[in-house]
Amino acid sequence: MTEMVYGTRPVVNVDPILPRWWRTIDRWTMACIVSLFGLGLLLGLASSPPLAAKNGLEPFYYVSRQAFFGGMAMAVMIGMSMMTPKMVRRVAVLGFAVSFVALAFLPFLGTDFGKGATRWYSLGFASVQPSEFLKPGFVVLAAWLLAAGQTVGGPPGRMYSFLITMVIVVLLALQPDFGQACLVLFSWGVMYFVGGAPMVLLLTIAGIVVAGGWFAYANSEHFARRIDGFLSPDVDPTTQLGYATNAIREGGFFGVGVGEGQVKWSLPDAHTDFIIAVAAEEYGLVLVLIILALYATIVVRSLMRLLKERDIFIRLAGTGLVCSFGVQAMINMGVAVRLLPAKGMTLPFVSYGGSSLIAGGITVGMLLALTRTRPQGEMGDILMRRMGR
Amino acid sequence: MIRTPLRPLARVLKARAQGEDPASIEAENLAKRHEEIRDRSRARAEGRLLVLGLAFFCLYAVVGIRMGALASSVPEEPMAVAQGNAIIGQRSDIIDRNGRILATNLETHSLYAHPQDMIDPIGAANKLAEIFPELDAEDLARRFASDRKFIWVRKQISPEQMQAVHDIGSPGLLFGPREMRLYPNGSVAAHIMGGASFGREGVHSAEVIGVAGVERQFDDYLRDPANEGAPLELSIDLTVQSATEEVLAGGMALMNAKGATAVLMDIHTGEVISMASLPDFDPNDRPQVLTTGDQSDSPLFNRAVQGVYELGSTFKIFTVAQAMQLGLINAETMIDTKGPLTWGRFRIRDFRNYGDELTATDVIVKSSNVGTARIALQIGGERQRSFLDELGFLEPTPIEMIEAPTGAPLLPRQWSEISTMTVSYGHGLSSSPLHLAAGYASLLNGGTKVEPTLLRRDTPQLGPRIVSADISASAVDMLRQVVVRGTASFGEVDGYAVAGKTGTADKPRENGGGYYDDKVISTFATVFPATEPQYVLIVTLDEPQITSLDEARRTAGWTAVPVAAEMIRRVAPLLGLRPQIESDAPVGVTLTSN
Repeated sequence: MTEMVYGTRPVVNVDPILPRWWRTIDRWTMACIVSLFGLGLLLGLASSPPLAAKNGLEPFYYVSRQAFFGGMAMAVMIGMSMMTPKMVRRVAVLGFAVSFVALAFLPFLGTDFGKGATRWYSLGFASVQPSEFLKPGFVVLAAWLLAAGQTVGGPPGRMYSFLITMVIVVLLALQPDFGQACLVLFSWGVMYFVGGAPMVLLLTIAGIVVAGGWFAYANSEHFARRIDGFLSPDVDPTTQLGYATNAIREGGFFGVGVGEGQVKWSLPDAHTDFIIAVAAEEYGLVLVLIILALYATIVVRSLMRLLKERDIFIRLAGTGLVCSFGVQAMINMGVAVRLLPAKGMTLPFVSYGGSSLIAGGITVGMLLALTRTRPQGEMGDILMRRMGR
Repeated sequence: MIRTPLRPLARVLKARAQGEDPASIEAENLAKRHEEIRDRSRARAEGRLLVLGLAFFCLYAVVGIRMGALASSVPEEPMAVAQGNAIIGQRSDIIDRNGRILATNLETHSLYAHPQDMIDPIGAANKLAEIFPELDAEDLARRFASDRKFIWVRKQISPEQMQAVHDIGSPGLLFGPREMRLYPNGSVAAHIMGGASFGREGVHSAEVIGVAGVERQFDDYLRDPANEGAPLELSIDLTVQSATEEVLAGGMALMNAKGATAVLMDIHTGEVISMASLPDFDPNDRPQVLTTGDQSDSPLFNRAVQGVYELGSTFKIFTVAQAMQLGLINAETMIDTKGPLTWGRFRIRDFRNYGDELTATDVIVKSSNVGTARIALQIGGERQRSFLDELGFLEPTPIEMIEAPTGAPLLPRQWSEISTMTVSYGHGLSSSPLHLAAGYASLLNGGTKVEPTLLRRDTPQLGPRIVSADISASAVDMLRQVVVRGTASFGEVDGYAVAGKTGTADKPRENGGGYYDDKVISTFATVFPATEPQYVLIVTLDEPQITSLDEARRTAGWTAVPVAAEMIRRVAPLLGLRPQIESDAPVGVTLTSN
């Protein structure tokens, strides 16, 4: 009767936001990220007091800063992960525009902190590296363009995204910051690969790289010596790399003990680029393997979830985000164990650094938003819809 | 093959014909095509994403395995050492012919300061000044207080000083390794060694470079890492060198000479066994080069190699030997020695008048200038010049010393007849004592040319023949007569048949224009033992003068000869020569008991 008088209560066909978020989010990945952040704080307790002592600050100054920025990053991550893919795209493109302008003005307004490369804006209480914020925005924009290029009558998205990539690479190389430039190029390459790069092109590039490398090794003494020196088991123990290698050896399987490590006193970058060496020295191989497993879980799980994704944009954007995140971690650790030539790159969520933390939060927030469980037109999804969920 | 049209034209046309809007049909078709594209691309991406995931997993696994490998290996001790090659023992040693060390390396340290690490710079400066008296405490304190991050305190310190600096205990005082060249024998063979100093200097090492002598000559060899520290072996005999210098120094003092030189050479191999020049210096603490005055007065000046003198009558034997070789005379030919010999405005005289005629042997024995000049006129300038050229008198000696080219002989401007005559008795041509040693060796070793060398060699040099073996032997006989009954009678040494020729030459005035009356270069050129010549010894004294029998005496027979005799007496046993002692009575077997 009441229904007849007042009409049927309209059926709201959406879940409450938080339960739906909790149900569809990749909880494993999120747990891994939070664990990484926690480990970063733990290692910060070990690695940053020497720096604080050097700068005349209280011992755990940098740890509390890291905790503050980390809290912000977690909030950003959760906020981002609640967005719909369309919203992610909007935010990312806006963010890209802002950080691209910031990057372009860097040579005029930025500071180099006496390190020889102008990469930062100094804001007084903190410094911001625009290229960190540029990366997630760029990945999403490039994915959008690549996806749009695949629609009927769409724009030549592949060409556009490639041009944008090149502009950014040039801007970064001018700073100079070849590490980030390579990372940008790599994430575009991965998206292009997943988005359907022709097999012939891939094989040709691989062939050229192998042949070129062999040719250079055979003909250039300089290049050969660099490679031989890199491959040789001896490392000069007075370089940063030498200290890092020795720290890993000192640590052995179970570490020298909490607070007993020595390498943090001799390495200027112990709290950023070489934090894995601090981890290896104090907590041993066990913790390193745990960290590795966390990164591997994030990357592999996200990729497996994207495997099922039907939407081209979401798949490409997610792939780009997770690969740039994963490869950065891999380069950092590869350098520490001398699998890769030295390149300054931080370990995402573990290394100290406010702007890299928040940028990392944005990246994984977007990733989580894109890897949420969505109906994919399968039988189960259709049944679900029928049942009104 | 079934072709699906891109647009459903049949349906669109039908709709149009029925007056309906075909847009919805188009849109539906487009959605369907997108769906197909999506599915196709998803199928393709599926494989590629799998590859990507696998690649990441494998790469992480590699990093993990590598970590494990590192974690299970033994750590190296990080040491604060300089990069690059260690320089310990880099420069080769120099040894004598018996393997005794002439030059070696000693590891010392340099001392530098990092004032920013100092706790008490003023105290450190004061204590440093106590250890190193040559440092000024106030100046040091001022330098420590400046903004500089690096200050040299001393380039070289001894181990005792290093310990004393350690005892100061200041963290800002640091040591760098500094290899230095050490000559353990001090001034012995100083001119041959020359000396070494630092080239480019850094905190962790300094280059040691030779500055003179064989150190400079063989610098590349000594520094060449390819030799793996193999020492440079010289022909010098350290004991003989030391004895030579000792006797020479004594002789120089006794004869009131201002300088002296001696060269002892093996006449068959050309090896220089000892070569001394006085005054000398300590190569460990090489004196500064003179900036004013005559370089030949510097102790750095090597009279044996660099000093060119008119060596006087010692040249007469070359003239006589050449004449015999040319068949112009023999040892018994009578030579006209009537003096003075006038040629233009020149008059050639003898020291004393020896009568009208002398045999060729006696021309040498009495040292007759007139007789020698007459023989030289028979030979002629052209042949004399080429003979002296063969003996090496016209070029600098080829000895392996950096200074050798500076000892270029001074030759007559034009080889006129008067030059021929004066050169025949050793005037008008200046050469170094080493030239003379090489000339005597070449003439007296059987007649083949030898060149002087400082490097050890075991086989005789077989140079081009200069005179026949017979003439070489009769030249030795003549020289033996000089000692037995001639001008060098003080040169007799029991058991070693010494042969030789004296030479006394007036010194030319430095500003040109004639000769001094009271300054001579007196030389004794000897070869011993005369029975089987093995060594040539040249002793030259610069401005000797003694008073004997109430007469000022400067001639070689009174000055250089006794010194040379004493030298042979000391050196011959060291060279392994057995004295030939002729007993007065034959030794028989005597029955002392039965």
